[in-house]
Amino acid sequence: MFNIERWQEIFEAISKNKLRTFLTGISVASGIFILVILLGVGQGLQNGIEKQFERDAAGIIEVWSGTTTKEYKGLNPGRQIQFRNSDYELSVQKFGDGLDKKSATYNQWQGLVTYGKESGNYQYRGADADYQFIENATMIEGRWINANDVANTEKVGVIGLKMKQDLFKDKSPIGAEVTLNNINFKIVGVFSDPGGEREETRIYIPLTTMQKAFGAGDKVSVLFYTLKKKENYDQALAEAEKFEKELGAMLRSKNTIAPDDDSAIGVHNSVRDAKQFYDLNLYIRLFFWWVGICTIIAGVVGVSNIMLIIVKERTKEIGIRKALGAPPISIIGMILHESIFITTIAGFVGLLMSLLLLELAGPNIDSDFFLNPSVDFGTALTTLFLLVFAGALAGFFPAYRAAKIKPIVALRDE
Amino acid sequence: MIEIKDLQKSYKMGSSQLHVLKGINFSVGEGELVAIMGSSGSGKSTLLNILGILDEADSGSYRLDNVAIKNLNETVASKYRNKFLGFVFQSFNLINYKNALDNVAMPLYYQGIKRTARYELAMQYLEKVGLASHAHHLPSELSGGQKQRVAIARALASNPKVLLADEPTGALDTKTSYEIMELIQGINDEGKTVLIVTHEPDIAAMCKRNVVLKDGVIIDDKLVEQVRAVTHV
Repeated sequence: MFNIERWQEIFEAISKNKLRTFLTGISVASGIFILVILLGVGQGLQNGIEKQFERDAAGIIEVWSGTTTKEYKGLNPGRQIQFRNSDYELSVQKFGDGLDKKSATYNQWQGLVTYGKESGNYQYRGADADYQFIENATMIEGRWINANDVANTEKVGVIGLKMKQDLFKDKSPIGAEVTLNNINFKIVGVFSDPGGEREETRIYIPLTTMQKAFGAGDKVSVLFYTLKKKENYDQALAEAEKFEKELGAMLRSKNTIAPDDDSAIGVHNSVRDAKQFYDLNLYIRLFFWWVGICTIIAGVVGVSNIMLIIVKERTKEIGIRKALGAPPISIIGMILHESIFITTIAGFVGLLMSLLLLELAGPNIDSDFFLNPSVDFGTALTTLFLLVFAGALAGFFPAYRAAKIKPIVALRDE
Repeated sequence: MIEIKDLQKSYKMGSSQLHVLKGINFSVGEGELVAIMGSSGSGKSTLLNILGILDEADSGSYRLDNVAIKNLNETVASKYRNKFLGFVFQSFNLINYKNALDNVAMPLYYQGIKRTARYELAMQYLEKVGLASHAHHLPSELSGGQKQRVAIARALASNPKVLLADEPTGALDTKTSYEIMELIQGINDEGKTVLIVTHEPDIAAMCKRNVVLKDGVIIDDKLVEQVRAVTHV
């Protein structure tokens, strides 16, 4: 393929037919540009949605208690159910092998937190060491509550980023003492939560400390579990549903509740939501692939069209060249060589422009459902080669026909 | 140089057949300057196209420089055209985006001659037709006569055995026509075989032999006293 004479001939043709070259290049470059931008936007949407549903994606099973609505074993409806440590311990004892993370919590909605002159009302919650993973919180400074804190009922607390900004401004809160409803707590960590600001205005303390310091005895409010990872989604869902059913049955029987009383004990299985999340992600991906494929087809049709016009326009030139002794193979070679050269260069320009745009504009887009748009470079290259190949193929047939027609027919073409 | 026997050619025009050449017997020796004459539709251009391997006869034999021209594929045909033949057309058929020098160098490109040698040779032929000063002009910047000179230089560049000219003066005024004929006579004087298709008697008179076609057959073939074009210019 490397024939310097042929290259010179092609560069000459390109440099003397600037408009034709320019138009071919523009259409190829814009095709690639639009395609890559679309794929990038699709990825951005996908990333955004993934982030939005990040917590649910983990597949958490939440259990809470309410009031009974059904008479059972001589007990009247309307009875308030309160979980105790024993409920949680029993569940861990029974299902412990299948659990990945677990935590019991005890929640209070309003607590006065004071640091120096700053103070505010915040939600405070007693939790275990695993709870960080259930909440999907990321440590910005310091650490989460650990098993030791829970065992020794340490008066330590972990606060959300928003709360830290309210109370501490720019200072580091690690090691600082705050008062929570007049009891001193030492801050050991700051977290950020994908759930947003609402979840970042909380202070977490060890569950045992919570129960002891605020007179909750052995009460717990909500139990959280995640199951060990399974091979695939269907298996995970089946396992989660089995766990959900057995756990519900166990807790109902322990607390003397009718087996079908869903309001006395509520279970939320977000593994089911994860299915919707996976589906949504799949639909987004399919949609953008579909749009992308349509764009490629449009690009291929465009390039083919241009090739047809170029060959048509050059029919007479082809006739002249043949009369002067050009063999058909050299005619086909000339046209394809030129078209591949132009589409490759133009395609790369389009590719670079679109990647540049994604790189520059991507981080500046601030939206809940759009995050970090990007394109896999390999995918982009593949589409580029697909387009170049399709262009060459589209150019081949008219070029082949033009090379086959008799020179006198070609020469007659005006 | 050229030997044809019982050449037949017909075209399909829709459902009917148009018999254009009805058995042509004709030979041309080396160094001849032949005018092929006839009114339009007489088959003279078809004959020239067949001689130029731009078209193929239905039957009959054609030998060019003792090589049988029969059932050639396009690749071989183009090789023979490049090696044996030079073409001059009525409408010049220069490639409009290439300058005069590039146009002349083109048949040499297809002969596989290297770039530097190609341009040197092309320049020599442009000098020969008196257009060395216009080497870098595009065809659109040249007059009709100049374009035809470039076309002649291009036809000669590959050093063909035979020069075939299809109405070379058809698009030119009388004075320019004679200048072109003077050039062609000069080329013939150097020993090159030249065939010209024309319907103009004054152009035919400047050749050495006149062949007249009518309705697909040769009705007259005679040697003539050549009129030198230089006397008219």
